[in-house]
Order: sequence, then C-alpha cells, then structure tokens
Amino acid sequence: MRVPTYLELVCPAGTPAALRAAVDAGADTVYCGFRDCTNARNYPGLNFDAKELREGVAYAHARGRRVLVAVNTFPRAGDLGPWHRAVDTAADCGADAVILADIGLLDYTTRKHPTLRRHLSVQAAASNPLSIDFYRENFGISRVVLPRVLAVDEVASMIKRMKVEAEVFAFGSLGTMVEGRCYLSSYITGRSPSSDGVCAPAEFVAYKEDGDDMVSCLGKVTMNRYGKGENAAYPTPCKCRLITNDKASYLFEEPVGLNAVSILPQLKAAGVTALKIEGRQRSRAYVAQVVGAFRTVLDALARGEDMPDAADELYAIAEGGRETLSAYKKGWR
Amino acid sequence: MSKLTLGPLLFHWKRDQRRDFYARIADEAPVDCVYLGEVVCSKREPGYYDDLPDIADRLIAGGKQVVLSTLALVTTDREMAAIRSHCDGPLMIEANDATAISLLAGTQHVTGPFINVFNEQTIDFLVRKGAARINLPVELSAAAISTLARYCPVETEVQVFGRQALSISMRCYHARSYGLHKDGCQFVCELDADGLAAKQLDGNPLLTVNGTQTMSHGYAVLLRELIELQAAGVSHFRLSPQATDMVRVANLYRNVLDGALTAGEAEEELHELAGAVPFVNGYVRGREGMAWADS
Repeated sequence: MRVPTYLELVCPAGTPAALRAAVDAGADTVYCGFRDCTNARNYPGLNFDAKELREGVAYAHARGRRVLVAVNTFPRAGDLGPWHRAVDTAADCGADAVILADIGLLDYTTRKHPTLRRHLSVQAAASNPLSIDFYRENFGISRVVLPRVLAVDEVASMIKRMKVEAEVFAFGSLGTMVEGRCYLSSYITGRSPSSDGVCAPAEFVAYKEDGDDMVSCLGKVTMNRYGKGENAAYPTPCKCRLITNDKASYLFEEPVGLNAVSILPQLKAAGVTALKIEGRQRSRAYVAQVVGAFRTVLDALARGEDMPDAADELYAIAEGGRETLSAYKKGWR
Repeated sequence: MSKLTLGPLLFHWKRDQRRDFYARIADEAPVDCVYLGEVVCSKREPGYYDDLPDIADRLIAGGKQVVLSTLALVTTDREMAAIRSHCDGPLMIEANDATAISLLAGTQHVTGPFINVFNEQTIDFLVRKGAARINLPVELSAAAISTLARYCPVETEVQVFGRQALSISMRCYHARSYGLHKDGCQFVCELDADGLAAKQLDGNPLLTVNGTQTMSHGYAVLLRELIELQAAGVSHFRLSPQATDMVRVANLYRNVLDGALTAGEAEEELHELAGAVPFVNGYVRGREGMAWADS
C-alpha cells in the first residue's frame, strides 16, 4: 500500500465509476456501501453490489489504495440479515475495513470477522475519549470518525487521549445535528437516516411556484421560500428556514458546505490520521475535481510549501458557493 | 403490573418551579419511578444539582424509585467527571451515551432513549453490560417495539407522553433564536418552560427548540397503543414532563392502564390540558413522526 505522506485522503464513491475516478484523482482510500438500507447513503442509482465491490477493490489494490465499506445504519428489529450479509460480503470481497455504527453489528463483526478492520462511523456519535475507549475495548475498533461537534483544539486534546486513529470530515455537505441521533427527517417523512439510510428522500421533495416566489417542501412541510433570483437549496431539515420569536431564519444552519482546507495544517498538528470527503451521492466529475484539488493541496503541504492555488478551486465548489468551518471554528456554537 | 415513569425534565425550569414540581410529584403522582438529572445541557447543571439530593430524598420518601439520567452529548472533561461522580453515587443511573455505559459496565443500570437500540443484538450486548431496563428510541413503530419488547430479557420502557426529542447538537438554537451564542447564552432557555416554538414560514408550528435539543411540536400521546404495547411486554411507560398538570396526566394514563378509563376519554381530558398543542403518534403507527392517526 502506498503510505499517505501528509494526511490520508478518504474519498466517497457512490458508484464504481466514481471509485475509479477517486482513485485516479489521487485518493488514498475510497469508501462505499451496498445498494440497500445498510448504508447511510441509500439513494436510487447509487452504491455497489458484491461483484462491483470486488472489482472496485481489485482496481484500488492494484494501485496501492484501500477500500472501506460503510455498513453504518442501525439494523432493524427482527431483520438483521441484510446487515450481517453486508459485513460478510465486504469481508469476502477483500475490503480493507468496514465502517460500523450499531453496537449489535459491531459485536457481530468482532466475533464473526475478528481480523477484518473495524472503523467506528460518525453515526455512532462517539464524542469523547471515554466513549471511544468503550468501542475500542469492546469491539477492537482501529479508527473513529469523529462527530462534527468539536473545535480544532478539542480534536487535538481528544486525539492525545485516544488509542485509535482519528478521521475527520474535511469537505462536503453535512448536517448540523449530531449524526446517528437525528430524527428530523423521519419526523417529517417517516424515512430515517438511522434505519433507512436516507435523509430527506427525493420522493418527498417538491418545489412549488407561489407568485414570484419558489417554495420548497418536504412532505407536507414548507422548508423554505425563495424570492426571484435566489438559488433554491435542497430542503434538508437542518437547513430549512423557520420562524422563532416572530423572526424567520436559518435556525440550525445556513445552506453552506463544510470546507476545512484552510485548517489542514492545524488538523495535521492535532494528530488527525485521515480526512474524509463527504459526497457518495455526488457525480463522478465532482468527486474527481474535489479529490484532485485535495491531492494537490496535501502534496504541497507535505513538501512544506504554502497553500497552493488548488485550494481556491475548493472554495468555488463548496455547497452553493458558500462554505463554513462549522464546528471546527470557535464561536459556531 | 405495568409501571408508569416520569422521564427527566428536559426543559430548563427555574429552581423554585422545579422543586415545587417534584414535591407535588412525590406527594400526588401515581408514577412508580422518577428520572432526575440534566440530559440536554451541562451549563444548566449547577443549581439543579444543588437541589437534587433533597428532591431525590423527597421522591424516595414518597415511594418512588429514583434514577439519575446522564447527559445525551458528552464532550468536555468536566462533563465526563460529572458522569463519573454520578456513576459512583447512590442512585441507579440511566445511561444516555456510551460514556456512561462504559463507566457502568457490570453495574445494573437503565439505558436511556438516547442510546440507539434498534435491534435484538444490541439488546443482547447491553444486557451483558448490566442493563436492567432498556428504553427504546421514540422513532420505532409498534411492530418494532413489539418485536424488541417480546425479545428483551429485561424491563422495556417506551415514552407515551410528551414532546419527542428529535435531535441534539453542539449548537444552541435557543441562544441563536435570541441573537446569542451558546457561550454567552444568558440561560434564555429558562424563558420557555415548555420549549420555544419553531414554525414553518407559513406560520404552522413544526418543531420545539429546547437549548441544543430539537423536539417535536406535538405531544406524543400513545394512549390508544398502551394496551397493545403492554401485551407485547413493554413494562414501563414514560411520561416526559411538560409545563402542564403532570399529576393529572399521570392519573389519566394510570386509569387507562387499569381499565378505569378508555383511551378516548383520557385523550379528551388531555386535550383540555394541552390547549393548542396537537398530539402526534406517527412513529408508533409506522408513519412520519408528526402524523396523528386517531383511529
């Protein structure tokens, strides 16, 4: 395997084509999921079957890269089969690790596939050294994907006290709520990220014209209203406009994307092992562009150079052209 | 016999109001178990925890089991130290995240509704770690609850009254709604004893803001489901405190469980108590949580 020189770049692959694009653009590691409710991006037209995964792993391994398989939803009562099969298939296809969130599934995987590397998904919301240690002691996790709740200095302090690797989100569209513990989507649509692997599924989304305005809806709920010329964003519940105290606002978060490129040196200094790019639902072209830009930036930083121009490209791609450091930044809370 | 419990007070009430509330619960409410402790925001803890020993003593003297609930989101050293001291204390603990479970391994405890318990294998693991009672998440359907309650070798608890907790964040939306940040929040959450309404742009209420927590606007009311859930083996039914007459709420649920009142009759009385707040039961009916099915 090629050894990451600065920070391991972990990239999304919603399709086999995106997997190859990510590898070609310089991903150290690619993560993907199966085509069902066992992963948290269970959207139509996405994801892998066993054959595709096997081919994807072969493609990545031939180039010295790794493939992680996310089985990071919470298995349903009385229906554990699909989740067990997903873990078994990932192991069988030669995946380098599985990304898990559910305590029961972690327990199953630890016993059934003791040699398969286990990463703790952000969906498990392990937000302090004690809880991370709980997962390490009981399930032998090698890495935790940290919940997006910590400022950079808190990430550093936590990593000092962890005995596993830390992966953090660096770029993409992300919710404001602690992941794995948010029911807003199911409250409005009945479909949940936890069990169904979907947030605000497209079949519940509608855009309606009202005079000069555009109104976005999720299920029966009005999520936002846009004036002429305003760009309509996808109606994700944690990025809707709501009225509190008689004032309409983006109560939870503006429709912005995470972009941590400006703080990569701080994340490196904090002891972070890997950077995660969100976006398995994104196009192959998007993945290639973002991964390529991050590769250029990471390679420059590894050579001790200043932040290269490729960073500007990432500012331009960030969600709707608007970006945030979110919880990494003091004062966000 | 089915037990009624009073869940932890999720809102930030003034100290006098909280003390008076629990005094009345101790003396008058037909609940078997009362959960105390701050679950949402550690900034609210100081005054509450000064009063907590007296509140607990009074409830115990009133014949209630008292359980101390831990924070749902734990990030700081101070918060971890507080949980450690709770776990070393005299009260039974309700663990609301993995921090508390890890500290309680081998000790009998309750797992709270903020732990994701969606399946049998997770139950198996938690029971091995000492869970003596398991709360199921509010998101589950009656079918899933039944499957898990039938399977669960220990006590099972389900929330049957009150706003449902839908999410938790590091960001305080209460402070944000008042033009403040969490660090300088001025405890504005104290102004809204039943939470702060978050409305859609068309004016219809959707959610309730409670500090860093977001809740349903409607009160979950699972009166019609009580008997079915009881038959499936749910042993404990949780009433989540709202700023309404909780003694009367507890009496209504107790009467329905005892067959002294029909669900429909109890609902009518509850509507009087709830005023304009609608009821929801979508999750238990396998639908969107905000739905209400009255058949």
